[in-house]
Amino acid sequence: MNRVLGLIGRRLLASMFVLGLVVVGTFFLLEAAPGDAVDAYAAALGAGDAGLTAELRAQWGLDQSPWARLLAYGYALAHLDLGRSLIFSRPNLEIIRERLPNTLLLMGTATALSFGLGSLLGIWAGARPGSFRDRLLSIGSLALYAIPGFWLGLVLLVVFAIELRWLPLSGIETIASGKQGFARGADIARHLVLPVGALSLIYLALYLRVMRAAMAEAWRQDFVLAAKARGIPRRRIVLGHVARNAMMPLVTMLGLQSAAMLGGSIVIESVFAIPGLGRLAYEAVAGRDTSLLMGIILVSAVLVIAINLAVDLLYAWLDPRVGANTTGVA
Amino acid sequence: MSLAQRISRAPEAIAGITILICLMLVALSAPLLFPGDPLAISGTPLLRPFVDATHWLGTDRLGRDVLAGVVHGARTSLLVGLVSAAAAIVLGSVVGTLAGFAGGLLDELLMRVTDAFQTVPGFLMALAFVSTIGPSLMVVVTAIALASWTAPARLVRAEVLSIRERDYVASARAIGMHPLKIAFREILPNALPPVLGLSAIIVAGAILTEAALSFLGLGDPNRVTWGGMIAEGRAVLRSAPFLSIIPGVALVLTVLGVYLAGEGLVEATSRRSRA
Repeated sequence: MNRVLGLIGRRLLASMFVLGLVVVGTFFLLEAAPGDAVDAYAAALGAGDAGLTAELRAQWGLDQSPWARLLAYGYALAHLDLGRSLIFSRPNLEIIRERLPNTLLLMGTATALSFGLGSLLGIWAGARPGSFRDRLLSIGSLALYAIPGFWLGLVLLVVFAIELRWLPLSGIETIASGKQGFARGADIARHLVLPVGALSLIYLALYLRVMRAAMAEAWRQDFVLAAKARGIPRRRIVLGHVARNAMMPLVTMLGLQSAAMLGGSIVIESVFAIPGLGRLAYEAVAGRDTSLLMGIILVSAVLVIAINLAVDLLYAWLDPRVGANTTGVA
Repeated sequence: MSLAQRISRAPEAIAGITILICLMLVALSAPLLFPGDPLAISGTPLLRPFVDATHWLGTDRLGRDVLAGVVHGARTSLLVGLVSAAAAIVLGSVVGTLAGFAGGLLDELLMRVTDAFQTVPGFLMALAFVSTIGPSLMVVVTAIALASWTAPARLVRAEVLSIRERDYVASARAIGMHPLKIAFREILPNALPPVLGLSAIIVAGAILTEAALSFLGLGDPNRVTWGGMIAEGRAVLRSAPFLSIIPGVALVLTVLGVYLAGEGLVEATSRRSRA
C-alpha cells in the first residue's frame, strides 16, 4: 500500500507543477490575442464609449500589467474561481460543470466500447499471428484509423438519421419530452448511438492494433514456449498467458489517449450538437470568449491528469513491479 | 537486398506509395488541371456528380466545381501535413536531444514542459492557438506542430539517453568536442531512425488535425481545404450529401496512403536491422 501511496504523492506533486505551467502558458497565449475582454464586450454591445471602456478595464483589472493579472488569476484559481464568461454572463465554472457530464458520458461510453471491442478483436487477430484473419483485421483497422471522426459522424448521420431514420439527428435528448427515469435514459442512449459510434470506431482500430502488436510480442517470450512445453492447451495459452501480458500496453494507451479523445469529442460534439465541454470550447472560440476558453483548457488538463493518475493506479494494481523502485518516473 | 527491393515485397507499402505519388502529382499539377481560383463560381449550383462532363464531381451550393476543390484541397492538405509534421519532428528532436543529453535540471524542466503540452488535448490547444492569432496557413501549421512535437521529443530523449553512454561519445568528449556539437552532430543522427518510423503517424495526424480545424471554420479562408468543403456541404446534407462525402473520401485515401507507406517503410527497415 505504501508503494501505491508514494506513487500517488509523487505524481500529484509533478501534476501540480505541470498544471502551473499550463496556466502560465495558456495565459500568455491568450494574452497574445488582439484586443481584450473589454473590446470584445464593447463590440458585443455595439458601443465604444472611451470613458466606459476605461472604467470597465479598471473594474476588471485589465489596466494592470500582464504579470499582475497572472498573479490575480492564479489567486482566483486557488479559490476555484475561473472567472466569468463573456458570452453567457455567468461564472465559467458553473457553465463548465453543466456541460462536463455530457462529455464524460460520451467519452466514457466510447472508451469502454472501443477498449472492450478493440482488445477482443486484437486478441482474436493476435491469436494466430500472420493468419488470413490477422492480416484482414490489420488492414481493416488501418483503414478505419484513417477516417476522420467528424466525417465518419456525418456519414453515419446521412445513413442512419437521414436515409433510414432509425436514430435522432442531433442533441443529447429530446427537448422538452418530459421523459423521466428509464424512458429518459433510453432516449439519451438513442441520441448517443451515433456520436459514440463515430468516436469509438476510430479508437477501436487503435486498441486493436496495439493489442495485436503486443500479442505478437508476447508470443516470442520464453514463458509462452514453457507453457507450450508443459502441454497447456492453445486456447489457455492465448487467453491466460499471451493476452494477459499483452493487456499492459493497452492500459497505458488508455491514459495516453484520454487527451486525444477529449480533443476528438470537440468535433464530434459539434457535428451532433451535443451540449458538452467540446461544443462549449467551439462556442467560446466562435464568441471570442477567452476567459471561458481558458477555463475549458484548465478543466480539460485537470481531467487528463486525473484520468492518467487513475490509469497509473490501475497499472500499479495490475503489475506489482510498478512503483517498487523510486526512480524510473519520467 | 536493397531498400527498394524490400519495399516492393510488401503489397501494402506499394499501395500506399502509389496513392501518395498520385496525390502529389495531382497536387502539383492543380494549377494546370484547374487554372484559376477554385473558390470562384463556375457553373450551376448543386449539380450532381457524374451528370455534367464539365463538372465531373458536381458543384456546391454556390456553383463551385467540386473536383477543382478536391484537387486544390490536396495541395493544402499535403502541404500542411508535411510542413507541420517536419516542424514537429525538428522541434521534438531539439527538445529531446537537449533534455536527454544535458540531463539534470534542464532535463527535468523540459520534460515537465512536455508533460504540460501533453496534458492539454492537442486539438483544443490548436483550436485556441488558431483562434487567438487568427487563421492563416502559417498559423495552422504552427498550431499543429505545437500540438504534436511531444511524441518525437520523448522518443528522441529515450534514444539519446542510451546513446550518450556509448564509447564514441566518450571519445568525442575526450578530444574536447563542444557538447552541443556532440549532441547534435554525433548523437542526434543516430537517435533519429525510430522517430522517422513515427513520422507517418505524425504526418497523418497533422492532415487530420488540419481537416478538423478547417471543418470548424479555422482554416485559411483564402485556400480550399477538404475540411472546409465538408463543412460547406453540411448545410445541404439532406439534399446533397455527396458534397460532404467526396472530400472526406479524398481525406481518408490520403491518410490511408500515408499510413500504408509508413508501415511498409518501417517493416522494410526493421527487416534489414534484424538480418
